[in-house]
Amino acid sequence: MGGSEEGTPGPNGSSSSQGADWATPLPSDRDSGETEAQRGEGTYLRSYSLQIVVLITTPWFAPIIWDGTFDCAILDMQFRNTTVWLTVFAIKKYVVFLKLFLKTSVKYLMVGHKANYYIFTDQPANVLHILLQEGWQVVVLEVHNYPHWQDVSMHSMEMISNFSKQQFLREVDYLVCLDVEMKLSDHVGVEILFSLFGTLHPGFYTANCQAFTYERHPLSQAYIPRDEGDLYYAGSFLGGSVLEVPVTRHCHQAMMVDHANLIEAECHDKSRLNKYLLYHKSTKVLSPEYLWDERMLCRPPFLRKL
Amino acid sequence: MAYPQPDLHTPCREDVLVVTPWLAPIVWEGTFNIDILNEQFRLQNATIGLTLFAVKKYVIFLKLFLQTAEKYFMVGHRVNYYIFTDLPDSVPRVRLQEGRQVVILKVQSYTRWQDISMHRMEMISNFSRQRFLREVDYLVCADVDMIFSDHVGVEILSSLFGTLHPSFYGFSRLDFTYERRPQSQAYISKDEGDFYYIGALFGGSVQEVYRLTKACHEAMMVDQANDIEAIWHEESHLNKYLLYYKPTKVLSPEYMWDALSFYTWEKALQGRHAVFRKRRFRILPKNLTAMRN
Repeated sequence: MGGSEEGTPGPNGSSSSQGADWATPLPSDRDSGETEAQRGEGTYLRSYSLQIVVLITTPWFAPIIWDGTFDCAILDMQFRNTTVWLTVFAIKKYVVFLKLFLKTSVKYLMVGHKANYYIFTDQPANVLHILLQEGWQVVVLEVHNYPHWQDVSMHSMEMISNFSKQQFLREVDYLVCLDVEMKLSDHVGVEILFSLFGTLHPGFYTANCQAFTYERHPLSQAYIPRDEGDLYYAGSFLGGSVLEVPVTRHCHQAMMVDHANLIEAECHDKSRLNKYLLYHKSTKVLSPEYLWDERMLCRPPFLRKL
Repeated sequence: MAYPQPDLHTPCREDVLVVTPWLAPIVWEGTFNIDILNEQFRLQNATIGLTLFAVKKYVIFLKLFLQTAEKYFMVGHRVNYYIFTDLPDSVPRVRLQEGRQVVILKVQSYTRWQDISMHRMEMISNFSRQRFLREVDYLVCADVDMIFSDHVGVEILSSLFGTLHPSFYGFSRLDFTYERRPQSQAYISKDEGDFYYIGALFGGSVQEVYRLTKACHEAMMVDQANDIEAIWHEESHLNKYLLYYKPTKVLSPEYMWDALSFYTWEKALQGRHAVFRKRRFRILPKNLTAMRN
C-alpha cells in the first residue's frame, strides 16, 4: 500500500528489442503533418519507450513541458477563449532589449491567442511601436526608477503585485512574467498555462539540491534547509492564473520582511520564488527549453528546442 | 518534509505513457509521491464524496465494498459514502474510521437494468446541485460490484478524471466500442477518440462532475426521444463527453482491474503485463444474468 519512489525506471529490460511501434516517438506539433485524427490510443500508449530520457511529470503530477510532450492543436482548442497577460520590465538601460524581445515574441509567443502586454518602464517615450497581431495590445506603464539594479529587480515583484490587484484581475485569465533581456526563438504557447507554473533554471537542472543557490541564511524568509528542495526555478519566467499569482504577493511580502531585517537574499527574487514554489508546488513546470542562456556551454542533446 | 529529490534525467516510467498530449497525467504506480500529495490535500482540508448505486440485488456488494474501502480508499482523509439504494434497510452496518460517514439516499428502481444504470447520471447531477456542492470538494463515482485491494488515494483527484477501460488498453481507436450510429448523441466517428474510458469509475470536483453528469443525462434524454439507446448506455455518453471535455487526469487500468481482461492482455502484450504493477480496484466476477433479473 502507499507510496512509491519517483525516478525509478520500469522493470522492462528488453526495450531495445521491441517492435517499431514502441520506438515511434509521439510526433511533435511542429514537424508532423499527421492530425489528431490519425492517432489513436495505441499510438499514445505505446509511443515512448526509446525516446524518453527525461522526467516528464513531477512526483506531484505537474507535467514538465518538453517538446514532444504535448499536442498544440488540442491545447489551442482548450485555451481558445483565454487571454494572457504578459508583464515585462524594461527599466533604465534594459530598454535596449525591448525591441528584439517584442519582435520575437510577436512571432512566437501565444500565437493565435489574445494577449495583452504590460510593459513597465521608466522611459515610456522610448518604447517602440511594433506592429502587433490583431487582438493584441501593448500598455506602457510608467514606474519609478531605483538607483541600484538590485532594487529594480526586487521591486519588480512589488509592481506586479500592485498592478495585479488593481487592474488585471478584471481583465485576463493568465499572467506570465518575463524578463526583457530575452528573445524568443521558437514557439511558446498555451501549453505553459496552468494555475501556477515556474521554469527550471537552465544552470541548475542537473544539479543536486545541495548545490542550488537557495537562500541558506536561516533568518531570511527565503530560507530552505539543505536537505529540502526539488527543483531550482528561474525568476525570469513564471506565471499562472490571475488567482494563483499571489506568488508575486508572497514574494513581495517576504522581500519586505527581509529588507526590514537587512538581509538581502542571494539572487534576489529567485530565492523567494523558489521557497514559495517548494511549499506551494507549481502545477506545471517548464523545462529549460523555455529559458536557455546561450552563454552556457554544452547544450545537452535532449534539449530539442529553445 | 523530507523526501528524495526528483531526478530530471530519469523518467519515472519508461514502459508506459504518463502524460496525455493535452498534459493530463496518467496515474501509474511510480509516477507520484503520495506523501507530497497527501500533504497538499490535507492543506486544502478536502472532503471526498464516493457515490455508489446499490439497487435491487446489488445491495449484496455493499459490505465488502465498504470494508475494503475503509482499508484502502482515501485513508486519512474525510470521506462521505453516498449510497443510492431502493432498499435502505439492507445497507449493512460497517465500522468506519474517524472522519468518514455513510449517507443513505433512497431512490426509485427501474425494471430494466439499463435504465437503472443510465439514471445514475441524472441522480448524481441532481444531488450534486442540491447537496454535494455544499458537503464535499471532490466526487468519485464508482460501481458497487468492486473491491479495493490496494491503495487508492488522492493521487486520483483533479478537476475531472476518467479511467482507462481494461479491456481496451493499448487498442487502436478503430476498435473502441464507441457508439457509431450518427443518430445518437453519443456518436463518435472512426477517426476520433483518445481513449476508451470505463463507466465504472470517474469523478472530479463537484462542479465538473455536475457538468458531466448533467450533459450525459440530457444527451440520453434526447436519444430516448429519438428512440435510440447507445450501445454501452451511459458509458458511451461518458466517452463522448470526455472526448470534447478532456479530463485533467486519467487513471491507468491499475484502478480498474479485471481478471478476465488480464488474460486477453497476456496474449496481446506477450507477457508485458509487468506494466501493471498494482491491482487496486477490482471488478468482482459475477453471474450478470442472475444479478440483473
